Amino acid sequence: MSSEKEPLFSSKNLKLLTNPLGSQNPITVQVLGICSALAVTAKLEPAIVMSLSVIFVLIFSNLIISLLRNTIPSRIRIIVQLTIVASLVILVDQVLKAFAYEVSKQLSVFVGLIITNCIIMGRLEAFALGNKPWPSVLDGLGNGAGYGLILVIVAFFRELLGTGNLTLPGIGEIQIIPDALYNAGYVNNGLMILPPMALITVGIIIWVQRSRNKDLIDAS
Amino acid sequence: MDRQGNKYTFLYASVMVIVVATLLAFVSEALRPIQKKNEEESKMADILRSVNIQTTTADVAEKYQKYIGDNVFIVSYDGQRQEADAKTAFDVDLSVEIRKPLTERQYPVYECHLDNGDVKYILPVRGTGLWGPIWGYIALNADKNTIFGTTFSHKGETPGLGAEIATEAFQQQFKGKTIFDESGNLVSVAVVKGGAPDEAPHQVDAISGGTITSRGVENMLKDYFKGYEAFLKK
Repeated sequence: MSSEKEPLFSSKNLKLLTNPLGSQNPITVQVLGICSALAVTAKLEPAIVMSLSVIFVLIFSNLIISLLRNTIPSRIRIIVQLTIVASLVILVDQVLKAFAYEVSKQLSVFVGLIITNCIIMGRLEAFALGNKPWPSVLDGLGNGAGYGLILVIVAFFRELLGTGNLTLPGIGEIQIIPDALYNAGYVNNGLMILPPMALITVGIIIWVQRSRNKDLIDAS
Repeated sequence: MDRQGNKYTFLYASVMVIVVATLLAFVSEALRPIQKKNEEESKMADILRSVNIQTTTADVAEKYQKYIGDNVFIVSYDGQRQEADAKTAFDVDLSVEIRKPLTERQYPVYECHLDNGDVKYILPVRGTGLWGPIWGYIALNADKNTIFGTTFSHKGETPGLGAEIATEAFQQQFKGKTIFDESGNLVSVAVVKGGAPDEAPHQVDAISGGTITSRGVENMLKDYFKGYEAFLKK
């Protein structure tokens, strides 16, 4: 097995990390995980916390499935994956409730939403089942970060244009749009807070990305 | 053993379920005391916030002892004070009580003595928003009519919309509103669309885009003030 000697961050492994940020982005290219992207992006803070939780769950579920990949009977592999993801999510929830109660209150329903995030099942099925643990961890980190990147971009614009503020974890709400602008007649766009604008914002990101990278355009 | 056979599959599933169940049960049991303490402290912090006392996780228990301590009691629908110690009253679970008819519920009252000697009555309230339960604490002045402060929380209202009931801006509106009209009839506080003037005694402004949550707050208040009416009129 020559690949045993492969350096930890070989160019092949680094690609696992960087591809999901761009040309293989789970949200804008594979269009997965859209549901939570709409739900938690009205403010920046839940978007950031949600991203971190997804990255955590994705890394560990990828790792565990990858370690077990040769033992899982193929007929019940989806059930096995689901059980592991659900257990991890419950574990995260319990630990947060005990040691970071404030954060767990903010996350509330979102923690449960992680289970239904199609990116996680998608990565387990498409990657972790057929690859070694280390690349699987990198793949989990990469895809989680790719998901988080889009979430944060969407939340940034929605909160900024919708309320004029930005909410950061641990810091709280910061007013970004100066009062002078409001006095000059500027009005917050309340539509940005509503779910349809999340979809439109994601659409705009997809448009910008594809116009810059022609390879992504589906010829059919 | 044949990895695709039925025997292996069943065995695999059974072992996995047992391992996962044991792990989760163990974690849940081990963490429960810490979680329970967190929940109680968070409840104390909510109660104190309704009388504008800010707390941190470090001093919440101490401040609760100082301002409220054992001055917690339960009243019934007809306003009678029940035989119960402060611990029992603190532990009354509104999510259980809310399933009973109004007349049979237990109504806890937190009596708060502020630094300047003022007495405030803090009433817990609970209702339903759009996605799940909403709850809060209403602090009334000693006249049992004027609202001194409120706090609202929710399980999972939409961020930026319904979840705004948990913000200072929404809660501050209730300050100074009264729940009885001039002839002493219970009118509660309505959450109205399109803005409520500051001087309107029984109205506050609803949240744009959070109509169902706003209505939930209104119904919750109406419901619980009705339950406390006999006590408040005494």
